[in-house]
Amino acid sequence: MSRIGVFICWCGSNIAGTVDVHEVVAELRKLPDVVHAENYMYMCSDPGQDRIKNAIQEKAIDRLVVASCSPRMHENTFRKAASAVGLNPYLVEIANVREQCSWVHQRDKATATKKALNIIRATMDKVRRNAALEAIRVPLTKRALVVGAGIAGISAALDLADAGYETVVVEREAAVGGRVRQLSKTFPYHEDARDILEPRIQALREHQNVRLYTGSRVTEVTGYVGNFEVAIATGDADPVRETVGGIVVATGYRLYPVEAMAEYGAGRVPDVIDALAFEGLLRQSMDSGEPVRRPSDGKAVQDVVFIQCSGSRDPEHHKPYCSRICCLYTSKQAALFQEQNPGGRATVSYMDIRTDCKNAEEYCQKNIEEGGLLYLRGRVSKVWREGDRVALWTADTLTGEKLEVEADLVVLAMAVEPSPGYAEVAALFRASVDQNGFFQESHIKLRPVESSTRGVYLAGASQYPKDITDSVAQALATASKVQSLFANEELAQDPLVARVDPDACSACGLCVPICPYGARELDERVRLSRVNEALCQGCGACVAVCPNKACQLKNGLVVQVLGEIEMFTEPDLAEACG
Amino acid sequence: MHAFASEIQERSGQNLSRCYQCKKCTAGCPTVTWFEWPNHGVVRMIQRGLRDELLGSKAIWMCVTCETCGTRCPNGIYLSPIMDALRALAVEEGRPVPEPAVVAFHKAFVGSAKRFGRVHEATMLAEFMWKSKLFLQKGFVGEAVGGAKLFAKGKIPLLPSSVKGKAEIAKIFAESELKL
Amino acid sequence: MTYSYYPGCTAHSTGWEFNDSTVAVFSTLGSGLTEIEDWNCCGGASAHNLDHFVGLGLPARNLSIAQAAGKDLIIPCAGCYNNVKKAQTAMEEGGEDAAKLKRVLDFDWQGKVAVLSLVDWLERPGVIDGLTAKVKRPLSNLKVVAYYGCQLVRPQRVTGRSSCENPTVLEEACRAVGATALDWSYKVDCCGADLAFGHGDRAEALCTKLAQQAKAAGADAIVVSCGLCQINLDMRQSGLGLPILYITEVLGAALGVAKDKWWKKHINDPSGLFR
Repeated sequence: MSRIGVFICWCGSNIAGTVDVHEVVAELRKLPDVVHAENYMYMCSDPGQDRIKNAIQEKAIDRLVVASCSPRMHENTFRKAASAVGLNPYLVEIANVREQCSWVHQRDKATATKKALNIIRATMDKVRRNAALEAIRVPLTKRALVVGAGIAGISAALDLADAGYETVVVEREAAVGGRVRQLSKTFPYHEDARDILEPRIQALREHQNVRLYTGSRVTEVTGYVGNFEVAIATGDADPVRETVGGIVVATGYRLYPVEAMAEYGAGRVPDVIDALAFEGLLRQSMDSGEPVRRPSDGKAVQDVVFIQCSGSRDPEHHKPYCSRICCLYTSKQAALFQEQNPGGRATVSYMDIRTDCKNAEEYCQKNIEEGGLLYLRGRVSKVWREGDRVALWTADTLTGEKLEVEADLVVLAMAVEPSPGYAEVAALFRASVDQNGFFQESHIKLRPVESSTRGVYLAGASQYPKDITDSVAQALATASKVQSLFANEELAQDPLVARVDPDACSACGLCVPICPYGARELDERVRLSRVNEALCQGCGACVAVCPNKACQLKNGLVVQVLGEIEMFTEPDLAEACG
Repeated sequence: MHAFASEIQERSGQNLSRCYQCKKCTAGCPTVTWFEWPNHGVVRMIQRGLRDELLGSKAIWMCVTCETCGTRCPNGIYLSPIMDALRALAVEEGRPVPEPAVVAFHKAFVGSAKRFGRVHEATMLAEFMWKSKLFLQKGFVGEAVGGAKLFAKGKIPLLPSSVKGKAEIAKIFAESELKL
Repeated sequence: MTYSYYPGCTAHSTGWEFNDSTVAVFSTLGSGLTEIEDWNCCGGASAHNLDHFVGLGLPARNLSIAQAAGKDLIIPCAGCYNNVKKAQTAMEEGGEDAAKLKRVLDFDWQGKVAVLSLVDWLERPGVIDGLTAKVKRPLSNLKVVAYYGCQLVRPQRVTGRSSCENPTVLEEACRAVGATALDWSYKVDCCGADLAFGHGDRAEALCTKLAQQAKAAGADAIVVSCGLCQINLDMRQSGLGLPILYITEVLGAALGVAKDKWWKKHINDPSGLFR
């Protein structure tokens, strides 16, 4: 008979406020193979973990159940604690009595207590049949892949290459440099974008550890953290194949198209352009020493109106989010315009001025004061052609007036959106995206540069709108994450993978196409299905599809799962849970 | 939320809390010049519960339900049903209105629809002129000339046409709060 | 294809020529229009201003009659169209309004007939091609701008249009009959017809701007599909002399079925445009 220890966490009042933890302990002590049961205020605290460790040693506990929060929170904590005193970590199971019990039954303590007891009994049923497993050890390829060679991709690649790792860089466009290549000067110091970008591009091209593919796309990714197999279409006949251990996705952004803004003329009104097109006009003007000229007839621009939040902060029709970078680049564009076109007037239509980075507030204020920029608070309702000029209806919320304004040029600070093709990239790297198409970080505060797939990291505006400073900072963080990954000689992987019962397998092959990780293959020689344990993620798709129950998950055997389910189909519990 | 704001939300089906005062509604309004408070101000006043000010305002009668504001609102707030709700409340409560001519016209129009089931311009306009006392005001001559032109072009028939289903029309009015 | 037809109160008064030309164009195209029985006033712009339920109930009765008639319903007048569509939307959205309309008018909206303005109708597949095929007198000397105003396009929730800012089908129809339809930036701006009674000067300010802009765009006339827009623009344009044409008059002229009587109903005489 096993010797099971059960620990019930109060989680302060989160669990103990609803579940009668003393009654639960009293009930559990009645079970013959429970050699120890206790409750404690915070099991995850150091003293809590010490109680577990002591009990394991004193009572020779060989199976452990901790009834606490979700296993996502502390499974690892308790497995480590058990492991420290010699208990195999795979003989530890978590019974989730918080998210799945106390939090949802706060008004009914009796039901919650009964349900907690059943969850614990079900978990015990499982742990009795657990096997002691060892982590799978996989060797690691210390080469990196960076997707996208904008300022973020370049920064990540150079850091990795400098650290001595071979780095493969794939860029869709023929030229590297991304959006920064389209810019004139940068905020807040009016540094020429070329001066920022060119030395970095030079370094990238010359670096002996960098292998750069431009005009190329990643077309296929298989494998897992430590050993990804990547196919890259370069335009030549055969795709290049590379093996890499870690991946940085830095696919950047584009501006939401002007065509989407029907009330702003949908691109049909001449001299209504987006902010990147205006960067081009500024660039031209700086290079030629001529004033900024409007596209329609080349006339020097006298009046320009910038419309911020074009397509942003509009949950009804366009993008619900703030695009973050527009407030500052609009201020910059207005200031640079006045430098290039002395005597020209710049007006900015805005809703709020958001200056959330270093020196930004001072910069915006200085541009307003020194340049005499007119900031009009209010959202533009309509933009149209009036003679050879552009007219617009806007407002000044500070006086309450409705205004009709005319200009030679209107610049739309269009919303920032993910680069086209983001969905394909997301599918390729199994990285999830949010409702706006930006790559989803693992945890917004604690794991902000990791994607939902291990070994795939996120840099730059593909994760959320970012300026150059933030893009570079995040890129350097991803380089650092990849380096800490590469500091390992091999990777330990959870052994909770599929296995095949050779006596039951009929080699029907259903498990091969169903596997999302490419971890299954049919060994035609012996007519058996095999599992590549390095690739298997234990998702259970093969278990579900196997007609013979030949595929089973280690420590998730069919008999274990059914045993747990049975505990919940007992009539008294079914009734308690409605 | 202020009780008045809840009342208007309930009647109009619009979520006023979504307004972030960007003023795009005001910027596109064709008639805001003749409001005492601009469109976004009306939303703000509802949020603050300024019931008397709004129900006695010109703004609610100068809105022509062109739906431009709602169509462009980034937060999907439609001002027309909100204005409808404010107007209906003002009428239900019998408040003195600063735009008697506008209200007199609406009443004459709906009265004609109630009486005949269809609107008869000649009697409707006569009632309107009488009730609004418009003929006493400056500019009436111009209006009268315009009306006379239409009459001369045979655009204003003398006899009303009416519907058979008058009982149904009456039921619609009976089920409403409207007193003409 | 035959349709049910809701002429609206102005069909026999201020919008006589709108009604007459609509009927003429449909019959020339071989599409019958059957006036729905015993229709009533839609409430105009006034009913919803005074009372929410009257504003929905009056058009809902027409919707109920149209449903019983079983054919898609054509409503030329933009105001009537918008009111009936609002009643339809209320029925489709369910809720208290729908329940009350159902009870008071004793009808249940099944959604089996479509409610169409002339703009919606022109957008139906094959309609413009059908027009092109029957043109007898191409209007190659006619230069117009198309004006949609408010009620044909907004609100999107009611009209279900994909573009409330730049509809183009009236222009396409004008071009199909040989006319030149110019682009301008005022096609969905409001003409202020609701202000005409009580504040004629204010309506005049809005209309005059529209007429000026139409002239500036190079147009000899504005084409509309709304009785209220037409009379308001025709009466109140500070003497600019710009004819305001119904789309059906334009189409009728090209199809060779125009009557002199139509032009005589206008304040700014358009007959010269068709000589």
